[in-house]
Amino acid sequence: MFNNGFHPEASSLARRMVGVFDGFEYVVTNSASCAAMVREKFPDLFSQDSPDAEAARALAAKTFEFIEFLDRVLALKPEDLGIPWQGVATYHPSCHLRSLGSDPCPSYLAGVDGLDIRPMDKASDCCGFGGTFALKYPKISSTMVREKLASIERTGADFLISNDAGCSLSLLGACHRRGLPIRTLSYAEILAEGLGLLAPDEAQA
Amino acid sequence: MSDDQQRHLLDPKLPYLMGARIDKAMADDAMRTAVTSTTAAKDVLRKEVFANSFAERYPAIKREAARIKAHCLDNLRHYIDKFAGAVEGLGGKVHFASDSQEANRICVAIAKAEGARLCVKSKSMVTEEAFLVRDLEDAGVETVETDLGEFIVQLDRDAPSHIVTPMIHKDRRAAGRAMQRELQVEYSEDPSKLTAIARSYLRDKFRHADLGISGANFLIAESGSLVLCTNEGNAGLSVTSPRVHVVFAGIEKVIPRLSDLPFFLKLLARSGTGQDLTVYTNIISGPRRSSDPDGPEELHFILLDNGRSKVLASDQSELLACIRCGACLNACPVFRAVGGGHAYGAVYSGPIGAALTPLLRGLENYPDLPQASSLCGACHEACPVDIDLPKHFVSLRRAQIEQQIVGWRERLAYRLWAKSMRSALLFRMGSRMGRIALGLLSSRQSGKAGDRRWLMRLPWPMKAWSMDRDLPMPARRSFRQLWKSECGVGKNG
Repeated sequence: MFNNGFHPEASSLARRMVGVFDGFEYVVTNSASCAAMVREKFPDLFSQDSPDAEAARALAAKTFEFIEFLDRVLALKPEDLGIPWQGVATYHPSCHLRSLGSDPCPSYLAGVDGLDIRPMDKASDCCGFGGTFALKYPKISSTMVREKLASIERTGADFLISNDAGCSLSLLGACHRRGLPIRTLSYAEILAEGLGLLAPDEAQA
Repeated sequence: MSDDQQRHLLDPKLPYLMGARIDKAMADDAMRTAVTSTTAAKDVLRKEVFANSFAERYPAIKREAARIKAHCLDNLRHYIDKFAGAVEGLGGKVHFASDSQEANRICVAIAKAEGARLCVKSKSMVTEEAFLVRDLEDAGVETVETDLGEFIVQLDRDAPSHIVTPMIHKDRRAAGRAMQRELQVEYSEDPSKLTAIARSYLRDKFRHADLGISGANFLIAESGSLVLCTNEGNAGLSVTSPRVHVVFAGIEKVIPRLSDLPFFLKLLARSGTGQDLTVYTNIISGPRRSSDPDGPEELHFILLDNGRSKVLASDQSELLACIRCGACLNACPVFRAVGGGHAYGAVYSGPIGAALTPLLRGLENYPDLPQASSLCGACHEACPVDIDLPKHFVSLRRAQIEQQIVGWRERLAYRLWAKSMRSALLFRMGSRMGRIALGLLSSRQSGKAGDRRWLMRLPWPMKAWSMDRDLPMPARRSFRQLWKSECGVGKNG
């Protein structure tokens, strides 16, 4: 909604969301684009000195993508977690991590026992989702997702790790269409499965 | 030699819609592959060079570059006046043109006064923007592009498709065929042979030309100097051997001091081609002095506005900070997918073109350009002067809504969507109904990921999604339900 330029509509939703999460110490989301929206865009939806802007800035300051929360708030060291998780995987960094700052995920993945990470070429290239972009320009979007799948396939990985719901949905859907047996998951799922909090595949059922 | 095809490619009938050229690019694997491999390689090289040269200082350097450019733009009138004064002091002449027709008229008048018949021209985006070659040729002045890529594009009656690498969409076979056909030479696809043919052809033109035209990479306000960066040395030859040199430049090209130049030269070469410095950097101050061994007797600057003042006065003036390095084109996955610049239907293509063209040539004339982006931000990351291009696409989309260029159906849909999301009850009902609707559409598929239902064909408005992707059914229990049962009740239900 914001990205399509519907800013009065987006600000009405932002105002509501600020209210919903008022009173909580932290807001954690398992998706980089959601975190980026709240952190980078919400404060600019309101005029600088308004109470709305102040409330939006307060929400922005306490909102974190899940892995950022582990890193910056809980200050957990990747190597200390030492969770076991077996598999050959590749990692797709979400475009929205760019605006959030440095990406701690690769070092957390390196700290997982039994995980074989195979870097993909052109890793930082967009998967082609981009919200309604995929619906408005499906041919461009398809070409982009095909390029991404080719990079993923070249790694020989069975799992694709991405901490963004949009990328994961798009890439999982494209893999399924082509019959590629690749499962997408986020670092949170690896952590949960490694700690025995979540049975493999439970999250997808 | 510039003819209808070139005109059509970069100056199409307006309003311009991308659809037909996207289809054409989809059908042309060779073109897409050529564009993709070249841009991806340059993008990798750019990142390596910046990492090696500046490491973690790069973000600060970008911000400094942006700060200097913003200062120039905020004080543009001052620096332009200073530049013009310095040029006149050196014996050159400065002309101001409010649009490209006026710029071309001034240039043609200079050519006619000189009785020029042959013009050699180095690469310049502003002359492309003004379609200068067409007007010069119409006035009877043969005009030859001397940058190798531009030369081949001109020979082949094609149009450039990249700001820095104009023939990125063509291969050497196309170059060989064009030379064979137009120059009556033996066909070859050996790059060094093709270069040798071009060189000997162009040497002859350099010798006989009576008019030289160049663009400008930078204009130095304090000294009235022109800075030209090339890798082939063609700019130096184009502007030193003819008797008259005409410079075409956008008004935004001026920087304050000569001491600011090294900073920008380093950024331009690294961003554009992954070099530490371009092979040739010409700094030209005034026409030939009596002590100079060569150089033009007359030096004219034609400073073009062509919509720039309007952009400068808007909240998108940051776009004028662009130094035309082409890094955003090389980084852009959309630019690759559409097979290069022609799909943008304008002289400036890629992310910078998609933002600038609607402002220079009318928002209503290019409805697709601000929309055809996933807003991935690779362009912003690549930009050496820190232009936040995705932010500008969003601003333009907003302007499209305000000017009702976006249709009423889409505007209504967003209004209703926002309304339903503002109410907890409507949101819950909407999610539940959505799930039921998807359930009715889904068919059971089994895959390695387990027994999960998939949607292979979706109705409008999701139809486009199912062109190349399936959609997994949402989980049986929503996150809200899980949260409620496992973590206690949250606020506001």
